[in-house]
This record gives sequence, C-alpha cells and structure tokens, in this order.
Amino acid sequence: MKKLLIALLFTFVSTSAYAGGHSPCGVTDGSIKILANEFTTYRIFMDEVKSCAGPDADFSVTHSVDHNKLQVAALSANPAEFSAKLVTNGSITTLMNDNLIRPLDDLVAKYGSALQDNQKIVIDGKIYAVAFMANAQHLWYRESILNDLGIAVPSTYEEVIAAAEKIKASGKMANPYAGAFKSGWNLGQEFVNMYLGHGGDFFKAGTAEVSVNNAKGVAALNMLKRLTEVSNPDFLTQDTNAVKEEWESGNVALMHIWNSGAASLLDDEGDQAIKADTRLAPSPSVGGGSKPATTLWWDGFGIATNTSDENAEASFRALLGAATSTEMANANPNATIWLIDGYSPGDTAGPVVDAANRGATPYPSLPYMSLLHGALSTELVEFLQGNESAEKALADVEAAYVAKATEQGFL
Amino acid sequence: MPHRTFFWFFFPSGLAMLLFIGLPIISSFFQSLHIEPEQILMEVEKCDPFGCKTETKVDIEATTKLQEEQPLGRFNGLGTYGDRNHLAFDEIKEAWTNSSSIAEFTDTLLNLPFYKALLFTLTFCFAVTPPVVVLGFIVALSVNTITKSLKGPTIFGVILPMIVTPLIGSLVLFWMIDAKGILGSFIQFLFDDPNLSLKSSSQLTWITLIIYGIWHNTPFAFVVFYAALQTVPQDPIEAAIIDGASRYERVRHIVIPHLYPVATFIILICLMDNFRVLEPIIGFAAEGVAQSLSWMIYNDLRSENKMLFGSAGATSMLTIIGVAILLTPVLIRTWREFRTER
Repeated sequence: MKKLLIALLFTFVSTSAYAGGHSPCGVTDGSIKILANEFTTYRIFMDEVKSCAGPDADFSVTHSVDHNKLQVAALSANPAEFSAKLVTNGSITTLMNDNLIRPLDDLVAKYGSALQDNQKIVIDGKIYAVAFMANAQHLWYRESILNDLGIAVPSTYEEVIAAAEKIKASGKMANPYAGAFKSGWNLGQEFVNMYLGHGGDFFKAGTAEVSVNNAKGVAALNMLKRLTEVSNPDFLTQDTNAVKEEWESGNVALMHIWNSGAASLLDDEGDQAIKADTRLAPSPSVGGGSKPATTLWWDGFGIATNTSDENAEASFRALLGAATSTEMANANPNATIWLIDGYSPGDTAGPVVDAANRGATPYPSLPYMSLLHGALSTELVEFLQGNESAEKALADVEAAYVAKATEQGFL
Repeated sequence: MPHRTFFWFFFPSGLAMLLFIGLPIISSFFQSLHIEPEQILMEVEKCDPFGCKTETKVDIEATTKLQEEQPLGRFNGLGTYGDRNHLAFDEIKEAWTNSSSIAEFTDTLLNLPFYKALLFTLTFCFAVTPPVVVLGFIVALSVNTITKSLKGPTIFGVILPMIVTPLIGSLVLFWMIDAKGILGSFIQFLFDDPNLSLKSSSQLTWITLIIYGIWHNTPFAFVVFYAALQTVPQDPIEAAIIDGASRYERVRHIVIPHLYPVATFIILICLMDNFRVLEPIIGFAAEGVAQSLSWMIYNDLRSENKMLFGSAGATSMLTIIGVAILLTPVLIRTWREFRTER
C-alpha cells in the first residue's frame, strides 16, 4: 500500500493523454447529472468535467455537503435523479450494498486507456469506480504563533493539547484548536480517526458485531473531549467548511482537517498574512501509539445503475476526461493529491504520504460501517457536553447500531 | 344544509384526503410491520489506490433475489415498535429492575432515542403554544386600535415571521446567535462572559428553539385573532363604555368570551403543528441536543445508509397516536361546548 502511494506520488513519467482508444471529451448525446460533495477541490474537478463535456452537452452538477444523505434516495429511483455520483471509499459501500452503481469495465475498455491501474476501484473483479484523488485529515498550524511561544510542532495529540493550552494561557487566542466536530457525520469521523489511532477495531473480526465499548473507545472519547475543551464552544455546529472560515479569520492556531482544504486555505482570497503563516504537519499519533490518528481516503466517481446506457456513457466520458487530465492536475498541484498520470505533487502532499508511511489505514469499506458511523454521529453528543460518561455513550452507540443493523438485516 | 348537498360539497376534499392522507397512512403502517430482508455477505477481493485486500461485501445477486421474493421485506410484526429506537420495552423493563431510584430510571428512560425525542417534542409544544396564543392576542388587540393608514404596513410587518420559510428564518437566527454574530456577542457582552454560547449547551439550545417557535407561530395566532376581532359586536362595547368600564374590563368581559372558541381553534392547530417540529432543528444544527419525532423520521430516511422505511413508518404511526392523544382533551371540550350550545 505504502509503496503504491509513494510510487504514484513520485512518478514523473508523463505519457500523452488519451493515447489510443476513443477520446472521451466532447459529449453530444445523453445528459450528465452529477451529485457531489461541496469543497473547493471538487469545484476545480467539476469545472474540468464541464469543459470536457463540451458546450453541447446537457450538463448539471449538484454540490451538497449532505450528498451522503441524498445519494441512496436519489439513485434508488428509476430513472435515477443523477446519472453519476462522486464517491469515496466511505460512501461507495452504501451504494454497492443496494447495487446502485454499475460495473464500468466496458466503458473503461472503450475510453479508459489513459487511466492508471491504481485509479480503478476493482471489487470482485469488476471496476465499479474510477478514483482521481487521495485525501486524509492531518494537522495544520500557524507557524508564527507556535514560534512566538516556543512551541515545537506537535506530533502527538497530547502535545497538541499542551500547545493549545499554552496558546490559550498566553492570551493570544481563546480557542486555539479546531476540528470538524459538527454533530452528524463529522463528529462520527473524528471518533473513527481517534479510535483507529488508539489501535481499535470496530467489529469483531469477520462479523457485523460491533465492539467499540472498550478501553480504547473510552480513551478515544476522552481525548476528543479534551480537544473540544480548547475549541470554540460552538464546536458541535462546526463542519469542515466552518472550521476553515475560523482559520481564515485568524481565530485558530491548530486544526485537524482535510488535506484538500489547501485548495481554499492557500488560494489568493482571504487574509494573505494568515495564508503565509499556514503550515501543514503530519497527523498526530495518540496514546503512545505509532499510527497517526487519521484515515486514508480516495475520491472518485461511480455511474448510476438506474440510468440509461446513453446517459451513463455521456457521464462516464466527461468525468473520465477530468479524471485523466494531467493539465488540470498540474495546474492545481496543491488542491489535493491527484492520482492522475503525469501529475507532479505540490508541496502540500507531504502529510498524506506521511500518514500512509506510518501505517494509517483506509477508512473501513464494510457494508455495515455506515450504520455504525450513523450511530456515532448522534450518540456521542451528550458525552461531549458533559452529560454522560464515556462508557454510557459507547454503550448507547452499540445499542443504536444493533437496532439499526437488525432492521437492515445485517444481524 | 341538507345531508345530500353536504355530501357532494364535501366529496372532492374527502376523496383527496383519502387518497393523499388516508392511503399513505395505511401504507406506512404496513411498511412499519416489516424489516429489510437478511443481507447475504460474501468475501471478495477489493483493489483501490491503497492496495488490494479481501473484504466483506453484500452479495448483491442473492440479496436482490431475497428482495424480489419479499418486496416489503421480512415480516416483523410489532417488533420495530418495541425495539430500542422506538418504545424500547426491553430496555425499560431492564432499567426498571436495575435502577435504584426513580431519578436513575428517568435518566435511563430519557436516554433512549424515542423518549428523548418525545420529551423535546412535548416541551416544545407546551412551551410554545401558550405564549403564542397570549402574544397573538395582544398583538391583534394593539393592531386593531392603531389608525387605518398605519394598519396595512403594520400587519405586513407582524406576519413576516410566518411568511419567511422556516428553514431560512432559523438559519438567519442561527447566524445571528453565533458566538461571533450580532446577537451572540451582545449576549456575551450582557452577561460579561466571553465563553457563553447559545449553541453549546442543551438548555440554551432548547430555549433558542422555543423562542424561535414563538416568533414563527405568533403571526398565525395574530391573523386568526385579528379576523375574529372584526366580528366582536359593537353594541355591548358601547354599552360598557357608557357604564364606565375601563379598557381592560371591556377586553376581559366582552372580547375574551367572544374570542374563546377561536382561541381553542388556535391552540388545536398550534399543538398539532408544533408536535411535528422539524425545520428549526435542522436550521439551528441542533440535531445533537434536540431531537423531535419528525426529526427521527427524517433521520431514518436521510441518513448515510439505506432508508429505514420500517423504522420511519413506526415512528410516523407513533406520532399520529401522539397527536391524537394530545388533541383529545381539546376535542372533548369543544364537543361538550357544541352540545350545550344546542
């Protein structure tokens, strides 16, 4: 895994795009309707998709931070509301569970000659998605503030808290740390990171039986609690985009968010002094462990099962054009880590490569993981507000998961 | 009106109600008796940019076959109603035997999702409805007395909160009460506490939602009261003025008794509406601390996974039962008054 990623990041072999095969761009038949998450890198990608589709294409894209909540309903309809969905290793499993995305082997054979092998998401021998970027959450810090107070860049969460407390005590900032703690998917993800950082396993091996109510779970929760104590008191309402705004307003000196955040944090808009002071650092480890408390993600696209073959082909062509566009990747080297052939990584790729090297695991692609993530999303709030013990919160998570997994037929 | 005329007059709306309200309720009920068919899992090789490994996946063919055999899913009877996410009979029984005090039992009970949501829903209902009725009445009385030229713009201003889409209204307030928003920082200044945040504690979030609810619902009460005020007979009022009754006495002894049935109507509609509170919870991003029954249904159908129709159906049925229980006292009262008037 590590080798693959490193090989990928440092391959500078540039082959001319679309050598052989049919050129994917310039779609004239069929309509392209895409559902996607909302953040700057996806906007850059979608601009490329649109220009690849060409002026004659019937093209529309819906960006929504609630894309995960919309996808099942929207793609279950027949014909589906969207012909394509940008997916990640997290959201693809829900679509796979219900057979909502189609195998792409024929289309890849016809148009995909410029694809690299590691862009193909192969499940049981069939290609179900095409990945175009890799992402992970990691630490960000304000160099001048850490330097002024003589704080070394934290490499563990214990050090993050010590640093945040020092900044707080100095009076420079009231709430120096920020993370996406918004109740819902974001909060669930924070626990997933922290629990994996403590070396936890979510399920009993090979089964759908949950096991998070253990010493590692309690330690992970207590660490989250300590982080929220040095965060903005509104932490339960702040998602990644809100955290980025806090950062750009200069209210925060340390945060743990997505590598792709660089696309908007390091662009030419906003306070340039803060931008110049923004540094990226590896994701911290926690509780004496060696693994960073983060997960690895790929982002790609899948094509709806319940859409006509014509629309599927049109959508695939436009998306593939962008997913093989060396030009787009090299014009925006810091927007994310592109998996595209011929891409030279920018200077922000380091923390993700570091996470992979230090053994961070990809987000679990298990059919029932989204149910557990959902249970984590709602049941941890009371603990973070101090109204419940960690053991009680985790017992609630397990009970909520069991009730839902039973109804869905996993248990 | 002869019964026959009434029947034909009522028929179209009756039919629409049956088709668009009655049938969906019956279908939700049937759905609530079923759960998804068993998911058949298989081990497959999965390759992505981070490498290949063997992972579990749903066997789509086998599961689809099961689904085709039982399109409604597995029959579960009233099982969904009794599970932890609804009435939680087993959990309550266990809590009852294991709790050493009533307080501990209540704690456990209110920690179960359904009862937690029910508590918020009822609190919201009963905290919002009375102020709405009182405020709506006061505003209607005041607007009724101002000069004609100012009435139009004033009425528009007063009903504005109702015109604003609930989601937009709550979002605007959400930004204003942010720790750095205009209201949020004013409250911090007022209480001299830079860490005070309306969004950070459950109690303050509840209060915010309730105040929003009052703000949003008062115009409705106002409109109905204002219309009813136009029907107050002028003769007794003039007589009272001649008898030297003060303004308060006139309102207390003539206007209020006249508007009494209208108030019952408003209470009925408000209770019913507020029992289904959803938008402000989403707008205020308050899902973490304030969940309502409607939010539970929304969450079952809009979570990051398969839509849980059975669970949503069960919550819908329980909500309907809840509304019925809530409205019974008011309906009985109206019925009695109706009979005595005859």
